[in-house]
Amino acid sequence: MRTLNTERIVDAVAAMCVHANRYLPEDVQKSFAHCAAGESGAAAKEIFRQLTENYKLAAESGLPLCQDTGLAVFFVEMGQDLRLEGLNIRDAINAGVRKGYEEGKLRKSVCDPFSRANTKDNTPAVIHFDVVPGDGLKIAFMAKGGGSENMSRVTMLVPAQGWEGIKKFVLQRVAEAGPNPCPPTVIGVGIGGTFDYAPILAKKALMRKLGDSNPDPKLDAMEKELLAEINKLGIGPMGLGGTTTSLDVKIAVSPCHIASLPLAVNVQCHSTRHEEVEL
Amino acid sequence: MAEYHLNAPLSDGDARKLRAGDVVYLTGIIYTARDAAHKRLIDLLDAGKELPFPLKGAVIYYVGPAPAPEGRPIGSAGPTTSYRMDSYAPRLHSLGAKASIGKGKRDEAVKQALKDHGGVYFGATGGAGALISMRIEAARVVAFDDLGTEAIRELKVKEFPLLVINDACGGDLYVQPDLKAVGLE
Repeated sequence: MRTLNTERIVDAVAAMCVHANRYLPEDVQKSFAHCAAGESGAAAKEIFRQLTENYKLAAESGLPLCQDTGLAVFFVEMGQDLRLEGLNIRDAINAGVRKGYEEGKLRKSVCDPFSRANTKDNTPAVIHFDVVPGDGLKIAFMAKGGGSENMSRVTMLVPAQGWEGIKKFVLQRVAEAGPNPCPPTVIGVGIGGTFDYAPILAKKALMRKLGDSNPDPKLDAMEKELLAEINKLGIGPMGLGGTTTSLDVKIAVSPCHIASLPLAVNVQCHSTRHEEVEL
Repeated sequence: MAEYHLNAPLSDGDARKLRAGDVVYLTGIIYTARDAAHKRLIDLLDAGKELPFPLKGAVIYYVGPAPAPEGRPIGSAGPTTSYRMDSYAPRLHSLGAKASIGKGKRDEAVKQALKDHGGVYFGATGGAGALISMRIEAARVVAFDDLGTEAIRELKVKEFPLLVINDACGGDLYVQPDLKAVGLE
């Protein structure tokens, strides 16, 4: 049985919140360069030029990449043989968010759904816990912007609709969202599970690196097929036209009820900010 | 598609001459307002009270900036998605506001208001908040400080880069998705 003081969680979470909001991950930078090279239109090229200048400036200046520094979303995998001392783990993660968003001069974007009163410290975070074998602790963080989150949807297809129905729903969603979620986007697709579980699968799929391969060859082919279809829509960077409507598609699946085909589409803006730490 | 260097507040003539696709570099005074601030502005109007900034020629920027770091007037300050302000925008245009700055589509009522009152909808690059903040020279809260990032701020901007998305003649720059190419039509 390993013991870990939750002070380390607070500090690690705070550091991740700040770092992720200032430094665009290398895989996203590479994806920008790759997709920009494929664009022929002036508007699309100009948007990629601005986004590239923006991430360089953010890294140099310490300003966040985007003013929407997100609602803090976490995926926590905690080993069942790990013992924590100090705070409750949920309190520790929220303390880290509070610290990181204050010290990093990040925007506080969390409010009461009715009064709309800002909580002023960007808490509470949304935290998904998983208990795993061993004594490790893995905490993955995503700064999830509201504009792209608003374009996300969940639906319950019937089994007869199958892959064709899934593709159609995703394409319709991306088409309808158009310029709103800050394209080029990343599309997380959760298939299966239940009404509540499909969106969690979709969100977790967004934690993967851009340009990686799905370990399941069949899903990998589906991701590539869907990405090619999405990019035929021609919406392009910022909706100004082009071949890059989305940078990538990530699919995660889980078995579902014999009556159901749950489907969630989680839209992520181009400012794809996520990191993880193992303690 | 033309390039203009214009002053804010925006004159009626300047607003009416712009066409979708024009590039505009704006210099002068603009005001920030997003969801919660718009609701309060409309509540003030309903109560017959004065607004905290002059609407005549006003350019309203849909933004909730990040906090200002040491030595800067403001933190990252890119546009938020505009459709959430669609239910408020026509009324503000009818009372003299000339333009809004945001990202994403507007509804038919907003497009009609631009035609009726000679207004314009500008797009700024979403997710380029650090870059955009460099064109902001000064910022001060003029109303609703309790709203935090959603407070109304007066911004002094210099050569603020914009793209005309919707103009006073019904022009719309956004590309319609090619539904036929993916068999959706």
